[in-house]
Amino acid sequence: MTAQANLRHLVAPILDANPITLQILGICSALAVTTSLATSLTMSVALTVVLASSSTLISLIRNHVASSIRLIVQITIIASLVIVTDQILKAYAYEMSQRLSIFVGLIITNCVVLGRAEGFAMRNPPLPSFLDGLGNGLGYSLILMIVGFIRELFGTGALFGWPLLATVAQGGWFQPLGLMLLAPSAFFIIGFLIWTIRTLKPEQVEEPEFRVPSSGARAAP
Amino acid sequence: MADFNPVRLWRRFLAMPNDTSTKTFAVAFMVASVSAVAVAVTAVTLRPLQAENVAAGQAERMQEMLASVPGLADLLADADADAIETRLVDLDTGEYVTGVDAGAHDVDAAASDQQASTALQPADDVAGIGNRPDRMPVHLVIENGAPVLVIVQGYASGYQSTIRAYIALESDLETIAAISIYDQAETPGLGTRIAEPDWQERWAGKRVIDEDGTVRVSLGEAPTGDFEIDGVTGATRSSMGVVNLVNFWLGDHGYGPYLARLRVQMP
Repeated sequence: MTAQANLRHLVAPILDANPITLQILGICSALAVTTSLATSLTMSVALTVVLASSSTLISLIRNHVASSIRLIVQITIIASLVIVTDQILKAYAYEMSQRLSIFVGLIITNCVVLGRAEGFAMRNPPLPSFLDGLGNGLGYSLILMIVGFIRELFGTGALFGWPLLATVAQGGWFQPLGLMLLAPSAFFIIGFLIWTIRTLKPEQVEEPEFRVPSSGARAAP
Repeated sequence: MADFNPVRLWRRFLAMPNDTSTKTFAVAFMVASVSAVAVAVTAVTLRPLQAENVAAGQAERMQEMLASVPGLADLLADADADAIETRLVDLDTGEYVTGVDAGAHDVDAAASDQQASTALQPADDVAGIGNRPDRMPVHLVIENGAPVLVIVQGYASGYQSTIRAYIALESDLETIAAISIYDQAETPGLGTRIAEPDWQERWAGKRVIDEDGTVRVSLGEAPTGDFEIDGVTGATRSSMGVVNLVNFWLGDHGYGPYLARLRVQMP
């Protein structure tokens, strides 16, 4: 393993193989916690920490786990890390943990984490696994921060709670877009992001699963 | 077994094929033990900090609730810091308990203590709490020697968690001035909406106790007046939990006797 290959594990998931925009994983939490930048950032840090450490731990024991119990072993490790993270948040960032409610706990079921454990960490040594986990966490964080930025700025006219655009309610000109604070807006924003990324990087575009048959081949009604 | 060597034994264990039941069980057991220890150590070491946070959050809810009652903020600003008086009430007799520090009274500890609580008959247990502490705190906002706001607290079973709330009664002791849910773990997005100001505001100004002193508040679909409250859509059982909480804690087995005594004393 060269340093360059290791770097590749770290950088590739950020844009080229982004867990949200290419693999379409972890959408649920990306919709739920991105109403403000502060919650997006906390969730990003929590997921990155859990993902990097679970990948490393699972990779460390990968050669000694019977394949019949590998999933439950992975889930046990991930679940423990998530509980520890949740407890730390409750102790040191109580208000934030109240706002994130169950979504920190739901990192357990976040497909990104189990996906990387099963897809990468079970077959690779600890260092690349750690970098892969970190890279995927950062890729997830990048999308969350972009979505959080757009939603908080246009939904409330503020960033990290700091008012930037003077809203009408405060005597300014900016009319906050209520839709931005609702879950559907995150769908739209992620959709537009995927569109943008795939326009810039056409190799990410998937082959269509079905092709409409040409008119000559269509059967008579 | 003269040459007992743990390192060699460990190596031999690691060299075993992964699919043997011995190794499968051993690996599963070790992963489970390490995880359990990690979770237990974090949970236990962080508990004091978390308890502090919860207590601070509860005090904040109390302040928010007081701030939401019209005119009360001015009153509190005028008066000095001890305008809110916390006293302990014996729920059976309705009298104040003297000689104890009411602020230090632990409701949860009392509820699980056989000596300090009463087991409720299923028919009386509207709130679904099983044991009721014999003593509960009451917070009084006093102006010119008379209480203008009587704040009682209680808890009840909701859909999937225990709902804890403060109920502030106006000086007629029949009308709710404000209600504040300070602890619950209902379904996020549905049941948790009972803790949002929008819903709690619906309680303000509702009469819940009628002329006979009976608490009768119920969930109504289109509440027109008093004694009825509109529930949260999609969270009927959580809303019902709050209704039960009010019915129980203001009723005969809750603060009822105390409120009856207070009513007699009031001019």
